[in-house]
Amino acid sequence: MLGRVAHSIFWMYRYLERAENTARLLAAGQRMTLTRGSDMAVEEWRSVLTTLGLRAAYEDNYDDYQSAHVCDFVLRSKDNPESVLSMLERARTNARISRSAITTEVWEAINEGWMSICDQLARPVRETNLNQVLGAIRRESTLARGATHGSMLRGEAYHFARLGTFLERADNVARILDVKYYLLLPSLSYVGTALDTTQWDNVLRSLSAERAFQWLNSGRMDSRSIADFLIFDDSFPRSLAYSYTALREALAELAQLHGEEGSACEEMRLADLRLTGKSVEDIFDQGLHQFLLEFINSNQSLAKAITEDYRFVA
Amino acid sequence: MTSSDPTNFDEMHTPDGGVREAYEGYDGWLGEQDGRWMRSKASEAESFFRKTGITFNVYGDEDAEERLIPFDMVPRIITGNEWRRLSKGIEQRVRALNAFMHDLYHRQEIIRSGRLPERLFRNNAAWLPEMVGFTPPGGVYTHIVGIDLVRTGPDEFMVLEDNARTPSGVSYMLENRETMMAMFPELFSKVKVRPVSDYPRRLAKSLAACAPEGAGPNPTIAVMTPGIFNSAYFEHAFLADQMGAQLVEGSDLQIIDGKVQMRTTVGFKPIDVIYRRIDDEYLDPLTFSPDSMLGVPGIMDVYRAGNITIANAPGTGVADDKAIYSFMPEIVEFYTGEKPLLPNVETYRCADPDSLKYVLDNLAELVVKEVHGSGGYGMLIGPTSSHREIAKFRAKLEADPENYIAQPTLSLSTCPIFTRAGLAPRHVDLRPFVLSSPNGIDITPGGLTRVALKKGSLVVNSSQGGGTKDSWVLDD
Repeated sequence: MLGRVAHSIFWMYRYLERAENTARLLAAGQRMTLTRGSDMAVEEWRSVLTTLGLRAAYEDNYDDYQSAHVCDFVLRSKDNPESVLSMLERARTNARISRSAITTEVWEAINEGWMSICDQLARPVRETNLNQVLGAIRRESTLARGATHGSMLRGEAYHFARLGTFLERADNVARILDVKYYLLLPSLSYVGTALDTTQWDNVLRSLSAERAFQWLNSGRMDSRSIADFLIFDDSFPRSLAYSYTALREALAELAQLHGEEGSACEEMRLADLRLTGKSVEDIFDQGLHQFLLEFINSNQSLAKAITEDYRFVA
Repeated sequence: MTSSDPTNFDEMHTPDGGVREAYEGYDGWLGEQDGRWMRSKASEAESFFRKTGITFNVYGDEDAEERLIPFDMVPRIITGNEWRRLSKGIEQRVRALNAFMHDLYHRQEIIRSGRLPERLFRNNAAWLPEMVGFTPPGGVYTHIVGIDLVRTGPDEFMVLEDNARTPSGVSYMLENRETMMAMFPELFSKVKVRPVSDYPRRLAKSLAACAPEGAGPNPTIAVMTPGIFNSAYFEHAFLADQMGAQLVEGSDLQIIDGKVQMRTTVGFKPIDVIYRRIDDEYLDPLTFSPDSMLGVPGIMDVYRAGNITIANAPGTGVADDKAIYSFMPEIVEFYTGEKPLLPNVETYRCADPDSLKYVLDNLAELVVKEVHGSGGYGMLIGPTSSHREIAKFRAKLEADPENYIAQPTLSLSTCPIFTRAGLAPRHVDLRPFVLSSPNGIDITPGGLTRVALKKGSLVVNSSQGGGTKDSWVLDD
């Protein structure tokens, strides 16, 4: 397939994943503001904006942290080139560019999703509708992913789709964890307080992990288990380990198709060393924040290697 | 039900309200449908098209929504017999066009014989000196042609325009049928219609047959697009997808080892046939427009070395010129030795002083067109223009008569469209799509019917308020 088209597929899935994760983050933030006092709400929205890398841009436009302002800015503001609306628009543009490499099902899922979200975001979202809109954004992403899973040939296009999805996911999850990492540090003073469990619960919710975590831990909740789960549990599809497994597989499939390994495979092996054979204690010893920073950096190197290996640009 | 305006030929209804043979099956089905249900279907069609993404962009307006070309759900129907006659005429015309192109770029017999004035192509920017003496692979110039036909009576079909450059609209022919079949499946079990859905396969086969000699048994075909901002991008992607071909842009291509190669994920891979949807002048910045970002530097050298097929061949745009059009009856006769089966619309060449005088005296009754114009722009429709518009046009015409031709205002046939108030007749034309290869000429039964949605309007172009219809050739 053309390098330019592979590039578009890769980014189309990155944007879809990013839009979905952003919606999830907003939903968790909104919940937090409803259950806690207003100081906590400001704190929460600030951390959401930091996670999304939008804090400075937001503060240029607003001098408060009202939910309505934050949500409007993140979802649809014309002053925010990284709004969910523009992510979905870019996903669709990339889908148009790669139209002849994706199936009609995938194209229609993305195109219809885009049309419906455009409608819903045509005006500022009222608080009563927020959950509905955020749900719709996640649903459109889910539909596109389902169509991809159900209709695409397991060829190059599919593997590039997975690379984009899981590279973005690994990056987003690591950023969410990094903004909240201090909550996950094993610190005696917080353990067992009501504040703590709500904050933990919120971290899990922002990754749609709350139910899965409860199933596996039968109701217990502590920072070590949460960090262990979100980093190492490779049965949870949003853990860092799971994303790495998916990336490794997609790269191996491409190497097999092309009959050669590129530099991305080597980057992948290096990145793997950060997780393989490690325990959550090792990571706490090294420093969780440090670990996450390095993780995010190695994701960037991996993306760069993929871009070069597969001739995404001339 | 509806009687038609007796001054026009209506393709469905006779002046006394009866139904013509072609529409008997459809009319029988329509009579059984509930009016309210049919109205609900009309809005369903639009969402169908939006979903597919068959939209076009409007240039120069970034915030404008993508537009849909309106679709009318009453099919335009032609009987098998009518089609057989039509397709003979089309085939003859396309054969002549191809021979004409070859001659224009070689010995120019038609000019030597005095049948065509030399100035017609000497002054024509679409005529490319780079093509002189060169024969494209397989001897094919006009790989894909759209012949615009109009009708004025039961047996009176005539050619309004030849589109030998890069005819567009075939995706509408295909999607209109898909939409009709999705909306009215039972209609198709009642009326047997010849399928059009294999057009992309026929196109791929026809293009493959035109590959350069060294290409091997499975030539690599690519569709070349100017990119997603082009108004016909949907069609480019659609055809590439359906043909299983790569959709390339100029930036994907490079000349390596004397071949045109595309940048794939595993390195550069050669292409044998390019179905380009960019104009000649943008093809090769080394040969034509030097500031073109869309083309491939050096592609014309590869072409002239016989290592790539470009469809349509550069320089075929000469045939779209309306002054050349006026000579098509002579051209057909010159190259086929036969009388043309499909007539032209009577055409006055304003370059000719007698004709010019006639045209100037009768502007209010005539349609005047620029010879290089297209899309319904730059023309005068006398009967519907004001005195001021006519006066303004008269000045343009007198200043540069060679740039114009004129035609009588035809009483174009009508076909009903669906309106809230029931069926209403509107003017239509028909663009069949014709493929040429060394294996012969292949015409997909039907084509694109364009319809002027405004009452009384004769302009069917989508840029000016026209719509489209599914076009049926009955399997009878």
